[in-house]
Amino acid sequence: MADTKEKQNDHWAGCIVRVRDVQDQAAFAELFNHFAPRVKAFLMKSGADATLAEECAQDVMATLWQKSHLFDPSRASAATWIFTIARNRRIDAIRKMKRPEPEDLPWGPDIEPDQADVLVLQQESEQLGQAISELPEKQRTLIEKAYFGDLTHNEIAEQTGLPLGTIKSRIRLALDRLRHAMK
Amino acid sequence: MQDHIKHHLSDALLMAYSAGNLPEAFSLTVAAHISMCDECRARLGAFDTVGGALIDQAEAAPMAVGSLEATMERIKSAGDQTSRQRPAVRTGGVLPKPIQDYIRGDLDAVKWRSVGMGVKQAIMPTARDASARLLYIPAGAAVPDHGHKGTELTLVLQGAFRDEVDHFGPGDIEVANEDLDHTPVADIGADCICLAATDAPLRFRGFLPRIAQPFLRI
Repeated sequence: MADTKEKQNDHWAGCIVRVRDVQDQAAFAELFNHFAPRVKAFLMKSGADATLAEECAQDVMATLWQKSHLFDPSRASAATWIFTIARNRRIDAIRKMKRPEPEDLPWGPDIEPDQADVLVLQQESEQLGQAISELPEKQRTLIEKAYFGDLTHNEIAEQTGLPLGTIKSRIRLALDRLRHAMK
Repeated sequence: MQDHIKHHLSDALLMAYSAGNLPEAFSLTVAAHISMCDECRARLGAFDTVGGALIDQAEAAPMAVGSLEATMERIKSAGDQTSRQRPAVRTGGVLPKPIQDYIRGDLDAVKWRSVGMGVKQAIMPTARDASARLLYIPAGAAVPDHGHKGTELTLVLQGAFRDEVDHFGPGDIEVANEDLDHTPVADIGADCICLAATDAPLRFRGFLPRIAQPFLRI
């Protein structure tokens, strides 16, 4: 099971790369059919009505096409990258706020990422997803509330039941990768 | 690579930033710290992965009929103009890029205003639900003893300060809540420049600073 999920992760990353490199419309349609309804659901849970969520989900998928040159499968899985686009769209369109971004590091997808790095990152993202899907209901609800925008940072800080251990190995991996890339 | 950073963002701040649920002034401070700190950059990556997992596992809400075609139309009519932009990389200067974006330049572009005793500040143009300002504390000087109603984040950009909690150098961030009354004192060696953000007005202990407060907007 985990094996097929992993292959699926690679598959979605591969689809974005095909959109990026050869403007592959069939690959885009596959991404759209899988992710657009999930992005729409995410936006509705974050307080958008169905009409606004539909429109924003289309925006998010259009942005995926337009910014596909920024996708680096050694830094994010397809789902993670799409989440960051959806989050930014929600802040713009629904919450009407600004969210300054950190400066980027002087690395880029111009240089083809190391295939070993890509593999490890995709596996690690999958394991994290697995861990989250297996959380007890109470902890999972807590995380969902935080990501759907229902908890302020103070309310998050007051929660003692957050399963932060699940992200530890993902952090270690990202730090290794940063150190490796900055050498 | 700033391995000397000892004081980092809390998990709650990183999670709220990843979720896109912080006031703008706090997001600016978090983004500035991450620009200086690889460890917190890596931690943010992990929190973003949690968001990705939630999207991946979300129950699908069916898209309207013809939505794929509509999206393809949108892509075609937008053309190629946005397609090659890259996120900002710092091209030099003392201040992290997110702060430079707010003052449209580096340190020499800051419009300082004196708040007395050699301390100067410059308020960042953010939304009003929280405020962020650059603070300039001359070497050896103190920011008046103050407590907080809400949360206060103080990020050191240059120099260093010490308060009742610890010593804070470049890149370090102090996360203070209501329980903390403190008097930050700049190190003797150099003037200290910080970015301080708060979601409530600071309360100063002395009488004079208190009446001055509404005018200074601190």
